[in-house]
Amino acid sequence: MTPPLLGVEGDGQGNVSLMTSASTMESIFQKNPGLTERNYMGLSDCSSVDSSVVSGISEVKRNNLNLRATELRLGLPGSQSPERDADVDNASSESLDEKPLFPLLPSKDGICLGSQKTFVSGNKRGFSDTIDEGKWMFSSSGTDSDASKTSVQGKISAVAQPNMTKDATSKMMPQEQSHGTFGTNLNKVNASNPPASKAQVVGWPPVRSFRKNILATNSKANDEVDGKPGPGALFVKVSMDGAPYLRKVDLRSYTAYQQLSSALEKMFSCFTIGQCGSQGAPGRESLSESKLRDLLHGSEYVLTYEDKDGDWMLVGDVPWDMFIGSCKRLKIMKGSDAIGLAPRAMEKSKTRN
Amino acid sequence: MAYSFPEEVLEHVFSFLASQKDRNAVSLVCKTWYEMERWCRKRIFVGNCYAVNPRIMIRRFPEVKSVELKGKPHFADFNLVPEGWGGCVYPWIVEIARGYPWLEEIRLKRMVVTDESLELISKSFKNFKVLILSSCEGFSTDGLAAIAANCRNLRVLDLRECEVEELSGHWLSHFPDSFTSLESLNMACLSYEVSFSALERLVSRSSNLKTLRLNRNVPIEKLSILLQRAPQLVDFGTGAYSSEIRSDTYSSLAEAFSGCKKLKSLSGFWDVVPAYLPAVYSVCSQLTSLNLSYATTQSPDLSKILGQCHNLQRLVVLDYIEDTGLDTVAMSCKDLRELVVFPSDPFVADANVLLTEQGLVSVSEGCSKLQSVLYFCRQMSNSALISISKNRPNLTCFRCCILEPRAPDYLTFEPLDIGFGSIVENCKQLTRLSMSGLLTDRVFEYIGTHAKKLDMLSIAFAGDSDLGLHHVLSGCESLRKLEIRDCPFGDKALLANTSKLETMRSLWMSSCSVSFGACKLLGQKMPRLNVEVIDERENLDSIPEDAHVEKVYIYRTVSGQRPDMPDFVRTMGKDKDEVYNLS
Repeated sequence: MTPPLLGVEGDGQGNVSLMTSASTMESIFQKNPGLTERNYMGLSDCSSVDSSVVSGISEVKRNNLNLRATELRLGLPGSQSPERDADVDNASSESLDEKPLFPLLPSKDGICLGSQKTFVSGNKRGFSDTIDEGKWMFSSSGTDSDASKTSVQGKISAVAQPNMTKDATSKMMPQEQSHGTFGTNLNKVNASNPPASKAQVVGWPPVRSFRKNILATNSKANDEVDGKPGPGALFVKVSMDGAPYLRKVDLRSYTAYQQLSSALEKMFSCFTIGQCGSQGAPGRESLSESKLRDLLHGSEYVLTYEDKDGDWMLVGDVPWDMFIGSCKRLKIMKGSDAIGLAPRAMEKSKTRN
Repeated sequence: MAYSFPEEVLEHVFSFLASQKDRNAVSLVCKTWYEMERWCRKRIFVGNCYAVNPRIMIRRFPEVKSVELKGKPHFADFNLVPEGWGGCVYPWIVEIARGYPWLEEIRLKRMVVTDESLELISKSFKNFKVLILSSCEGFSTDGLAAIAANCRNLRVLDLRECEVEELSGHWLSHFPDSFTSLESLNMACLSYEVSFSALERLVSRSSNLKTLRLNRNVPIEKLSILLQRAPQLVDFGTGAYSSEIRSDTYSSLAEAFSGCKKLKSLSGFWDVVPAYLPAVYSVCSQLTSLNLSYATTQSPDLSKILGQCHNLQRLVVLDYIEDTGLDTVAMSCKDLRELVVFPSDPFVADANVLLTEQGLVSVSEGCSKLQSVLYFCRQMSNSALISISKNRPNLTCFRCCILEPRAPDYLTFEPLDIGFGSIVENCKQLTRLSMSGLLTDRVFEYIGTHAKKLDMLSIAFAGDSDLGLHHVLSGCESLRKLEIRDCPFGDKALLANTSKLETMRSLWMSSCSVSFGACKLLGQKMPRLNVEVIDERENLDSIPEDAHVEKVYIYRTVSGQRPDMPDFVRTMGKDKDEVYNLS
């Protein structure tokens, strides 16, 4: 079975998979008047996928192609480009009905890969909005550089080095120059963003939670002198107001609030985790009441947890280890509902500190 | 010619046909054979519980003794299917209880099984013998208690990786003293302690017990007692394999193991204390299956065991085994058919163990019977994949998961297209493939061209365009299950291959580029496909048609829309009235 070509005549490369140069791509689009480029992202070119084999970083022409191919996304589409909303309306209404069931022409009219995740988040403030404000992380310290890089769509550049951490996913290019095919940006990205600990993608790697449980407790057990089993896996349910489903997360698979935050981010799209508190360094950086109030009024949702005493607390007040020791359940509440928690949170942290 | 054979003869001939595929083929020959076959079919396998409804099944096959059902899509294992999606077995149990009062076996996978269902099972089938629940959830130990108390002829109670709400450990004590028919008990996934004396008595009076897989809570000191009560065991799973080192514990354990002359399979080994491992040395050479994937044992200790397992056919380990351990396997386990290597610390960026692609290459060289591989690693190269494919053209199942999405060939930085392409080209009997790493449309072209026997394909973070998906759908003739996440595949490929979708059991696509409009169109054009969009956003009705769905699950069915969809699941393109045709 030979796949139909792009309908480009005179292009010596008879095999789609051999299309290696950007200019070929460009010419294909120009030769196909029937195709209209769709520009969902406000980017200059909307080209088809560059299926080039990356032979070297230098060879890849980054800037000509709108390499949507590279807008590879991890995990659930949890974030959205603000521009997308506008473009959705402008998008061609050439609906699918017009071309049903026709043999696939690999001309990618309008198929800008990966960019089409329209998450019209309705009334909720999109992730991107919060990102820009840089206020979406729990902790204000340490990994902020990564936080700010974690802009909008969670797009990543393809990873060239296997050691590249998951956080590479959040090292995305600003939209204006979405570029880079596989492995090209890596150096650039790496230089600017030192790899931090991995943020988790939902369901990746494909290891069952059951197994993760065991591993978590086993590794804890290894630290213990007499080999007794550790305290047990720490899967807690996460519910969200207004959402019909809940999820479970293994708190032991994170080591900081930031990781938890980004994982939940990916699981529950279209919501905001407000900055709920400091890293809980004892005696310092305690959440000021006014700061908390700003936070709660500013964001739509906050992350709360039920602790061992049955009280609902804001996540982020206490040191991470203390948190996972006392957290029984997580809940993503509307900010307005969580306001009542603030005083209690303040009190509790005061008594703790 | 059919009428020249008396029915009894035909029935006798058919009784030799075990495989469902063969039976299905036979039933298509002519009406007589269809009738004959349907009356004597004893086992039914329903790969998707929503593809057919139980009344149809019962009407066609009145004499069934064993039913096997699967519910949720495979990616549910990785939290990609929201809770409440469906897959509840209760409606099936109600119908089966009515239609098959003499049912003996129920096997369920990825289904929601409530205590109510278990109670109904325990009370409805007088001759009930086998209950196997794989990756199921929704029930508690109360349900297990009902099974234990009421199923007088139970032979197999096998809970594989289920999520059980554990209210107590007393359920085991509900097996009456008169109950002696147990052959297989697997409670490894439970964590509550059961009464050891009840367990011991159960084991003692079950002279046919062949499989016993304990849960973590059974201490190592007690293992020897159980093994002495059941030296006929073939399959044994320990509990926590750790304790203070005590010579009497060790020696009684070693002695007990050496008394198990029929032991072929070992598992368990939570919290292993390496000093206790040599207790199993006496049975190593008998073992055909060894699961050490809960044992955080380091490579040298693993190698000592594996070096003695000359008859091993199936090995499941953690990546602590490292390349050196796999070299030992390659040298010592010449009968190996299946290798599974799980990651010990999947979320850490840097490798915590010295396990690379080399270990797999080594095993592929040394183990000539290797057919099935599930391998988690941090780096892979095209040359390694090519070597593996050339070493082992007899591979039937190849699943390779490089932990970092889109990781390229670590030597050349190229995509892994030619590597995986080589796998499908050389391994002509390949029926299952999971790929990872950096992959372009090219690999899909290879797959479409060569993977003619491929039955199940799992793809993540791969491909460039619809062309990739099109290659697969148009080229893979035997494809029945396709699951895709985070790939830039969209409408065009789907709509160009609609008839293919009806030849498949199911297609899962999440975080891809499939639009609502395409799903609707597909659902409209293909009445026997359910195109279920799973989308948890609000205001779905105001989302434009060319917006992308979060997830779509497409499966063929003769039963119309299912009646139990939660809010976040919609069947696209169907009239609201066409619900679950029960007739």
